[in-house]
Amino acid sequence: MTAEVALKPKDYASAQDVRWCPGCGNYSVIKAVQKTLAEAGCNPENTVFVSGIGCSSRFPYYMETYGFHTIHGRAAAVATGVKISKPELDVWVVSGDGDSLAIGGNHLLHLLRRNVDVTYLLLNNEIYGLTKGQASPTSRRGTLSPTSPHGTLDQPVNPIEFAIGAHGRFIARCVDALQNLLSETFARAHAFHGTSFVEILQNCLVFNDGVFSDQEDKKKIDDTLLWLHHGEPMLYGADKSKGILFNPKTYALEPVTIGLDGVTLDDIVVHDETSHGLAMMLSALEAPLPVGVIYAAPEATFIGRQPIPQGTMAKSAARLAGAMHAGNTWRVE
Amino acid sequence: MNFQTSAGTAPDEGRRLRREAVVIRFAGDSGDGIQAAGSQFGIEAALAGNDLSTYPDYPSEIRAPAGTTYGVSSFQIQIASQEIHTPGDKLDCLVAFNPAALKVHLGDLKPGGVLIVDAGAFKAAGLKKAGYEHDPLSEDHADELADYRLLNVDISTLTRETVSAIPDIDVSSKKDALKARNMWVLGLVLWLYGREKGATLEWINKKFGTKPIVRAVNSAAIEAGYAFGATALLPSGLEPVTIEPAKAAPGLYRTATGAETTAYGLAAGALKQGLLPVYCSYPITPATTMLHTLARLGEEAGIRTFQAEDEIAAICAAIGASYAGGLGMTGTSGPGMALKSEGFGLAVAAELPLVIVNVQRGGPSTGLPTKVEQSDLLQAVAGRHGDAPMPVIAMRSPSEGFDIAVEAARIAVKYMTPVIVLSDGYIANAAEPWKIPSLTDLPDRRLQRGDAHGIQPFARDPDTLARPWIVPGMAGGVHRLGGLERQDGSGEVSYDAKNHERMTELRMRKIDGIAEDIPLQEVELGAETGDIAVLGWGSTYGAITDAVEKLVAEGLSVSHIHLRYIHPFPRNLPELLKGFKKVIVPELNTGQLTMLLRAKTLLPVEAVTKVAGRPFQIGEVETAIRAALSEMSS
Repeated sequence: MTAEVALKPKDYASAQDVRWCPGCGNYSVIKAVQKTLAEAGCNPENTVFVSGIGCSSRFPYYMETYGFHTIHGRAAAVATGVKISKPELDVWVVSGDGDSLAIGGNHLLHLLRRNVDVTYLLLNNEIYGLTKGQASPTSRRGTLSPTSPHGTLDQPVNPIEFAIGAHGRFIARCVDALQNLLSETFARAHAFHGTSFVEILQNCLVFNDGVFSDQEDKKKIDDTLLWLHHGEPMLYGADKSKGILFNPKTYALEPVTIGLDGVTLDDIVVHDETSHGLAMMLSALEAPLPVGVIYAAPEATFIGRQPIPQGTMAKSAARLAGAMHAGNTWRVE
Repeated sequence: MNFQTSAGTAPDEGRRLRREAVVIRFAGDSGDGIQAAGSQFGIEAALAGNDLSTYPDYPSEIRAPAGTTYGVSSFQIQIASQEIHTPGDKLDCLVAFNPAALKVHLGDLKPGGVLIVDAGAFKAAGLKKAGYEHDPLSEDHADELADYRLLNVDISTLTRETVSAIPDIDVSSKKDALKARNMWVLGLVLWLYGREKGATLEWINKKFGTKPIVRAVNSAAIEAGYAFGATALLPSGLEPVTIEPAKAAPGLYRTATGAETTAYGLAAGALKQGLLPVYCSYPITPATTMLHTLARLGEEAGIRTFQAEDEIAAICAAIGASYAGGLGMTGTSGPGMALKSEGFGLAVAAELPLVIVNVQRGGPSTGLPTKVEQSDLLQAVAGRHGDAPMPVIAMRSPSEGFDIAVEAARIAVKYMTPVIVLSDGYIANAAEPWKIPSLTDLPDRRLQRGDAHGIQPFARDPDTLARPWIVPGMAGGVHRLGGLERQDGSGEVSYDAKNHERMTELRMRKIDGIAEDIPLQEVELGAETGDIAVLGWGSTYGAITDAVEKLVAEGLSVSHIHLRYIHPFPRNLPELLKGFKKVIVPELNTGQLTMLLRAKTLLPVEAVTKVAGRPFQIGEVETAIRAALSEMSS
């Protein structure tokens, strides 16, 4: 699977001119993906990027790997077929919030529950970009858009909650502006066997500029993001003076300051990425917003595990012939 | 009516009447085991060397309330000592398990036909449910059934007695014993028509191997029914019959449904090209049996099946499978075809091989899910967004499913295109003798794979206009593919107007060119030119053949032409049709092939249509031909 000659991140970039808007969050995502592939020594000939429709779904054209830009919402289904047909391929799916959670919601649900062995990137800008600015299933309530001039009324989807509900086995969240977070999380996601689902909060500077400013602004993120690390206490803030407490009365996680109200470091929840219950509580936490690997609990079974062994074809034909001859037969001379 | 049994009166083989063909229909509640009894009768007839054709007909409800007319399930079979092509028009024998079955089916029984009824099921409640105001079996109404040779037996009671007489077996309820009624009747019918029961006893042993009680009950019931025929004093005029073996081409045979032969053909069509068959499907009547058949073959046979979350995922997974180098295949019926059509567009644009089987049923919408129709023809040929040509081929009978599926796989790979195979609910469910094809005799079309160095993924073969199939994992072949229009040659995304015109034309010419790679259209029956050509496609084959055969024998100038290739048409088709004064097209829709033929050939072909959810009867086609002939002479 690995490349014979060590490749650099730029070796995974195709010769195509990238046509995303200057300043789009997609640029930092593709950069982190190329870095991940180079560090893992991936062979571009065994690597496939599958996408649906939307701004982010142009991703495969810009990668010097195999790529398949399919139809709206169906990338998960196409990728499942790829893994059934040739399990040894390293398959990535790149999709947006509309592609994944509106038209493609059904396929994403089943990809996750089947635990198809792909790395799934959901670039969430909370808006439809390619069709010019309509509200998406992740748009916050009250979002003004051409299709919701008085503000949206619908409850938005929380992609992390959705993924947990669908029995996803690897669930993570990133922010486009944080290259270290992207690289570290993508490396983990890529190494995972089964569906690894990564939501990336991403700014659309044309139609939804600033929607994640609290999570992207380097001056604010110490206080707005909770970067999770397995086995470490959930601390945040510039001097790590704040943390997360489990409140058994509300059955929820809540932010606290160490030293206030008798809270000590020992009271702070230690992240256990294999805990399903903790993952569910983390998915409901908004401030600070959990990022990094929220849940990672490998499961033995997933689609696309076994490549077809060499020499199977001849045996197959014999078995097929056997089935064709099964039951009552008679010979006419 | 009471029957005395007398061992001395059983007629031996030599005294049986010889018949060329008989048409028998079993009818009863959906839960009565009608389909099992009918299928087993078919197997016994096949093993006796008869040609046969079956027509299972059942409601779309799984277990409709017992005794209702809408819950009636039936299984018709014709067995013959000569070649036959249909399950027959009118019945020689009707078995009615209850009043509702009698009510629904009596009209199809020939005058003088054998009518077997279970008198035990003709009680007040059942009669009322079926809408009878009185008991048609009662002496007071004897005139109603006087046209038929009635065998009025209390099968329920006889079955119960048989079962309760089995030593050491306690069948807990009457209801359980009654479940074996179908086997009792089968035994009787097998005896009446001179067929053996050995294969059915073997089948019972195998099917109920782990359930000794059920096994014993069913075996005892079939033996008892058989013995009843041999020993009962049958009403006068009801003589046992035998049917001599039919002549058939040498070879090894079995009975198979169209769903089975098609599934085997899909697998063989991929394997013989060295490709992994990847069958992705979503359950839909009447296509699901193909998924069952292939799933059973399964992984050990090197076949991958995938029950997708919906019809769209099924086509998309099949596309993904082909993109990765397996042969993606899917099967569905009309509503599923509609859902898949965006996927077809992607496969056309990306130029990937795929095989799609549409087992047509009555539409629109949910329509008649378990009934036959040919009304998706125009959808197959033209039902897509954009100019998206796809080859369309159709099977004519259950035994042809294999060859058509293999041919579809050949065209798909050679021309890098999705191919639509049209079947229908009748072909998929009906069984007939199938000469088992030898896989080793099939041509090996193994593709050379492994390295793409120096091969342009978007170049075109000058003969086929197909692009090479470069798949992930191949060294030197890295490229990007998608649904956006691409530049001819380079494959780069292109919105250039001239290029789009060129690509549209190339995609069309590629499919049209397949006409050079398929056999010329032949005349099935009758002269190459003449007064009337009867042009059919798909499952109307049997009825047209038998009707034309009859008229040709009368010396009339009628010929039968039957299409396998619907898009593109065989290249000689227009010339061939011009050799006839009139062309009529029987089809189970409102005239879809007729419309296509008129558009493509500018010939005034005429439609003969039927949309009753049932196949054409021979008589209906015959009447249509005679009407066309008399119009010509007037």
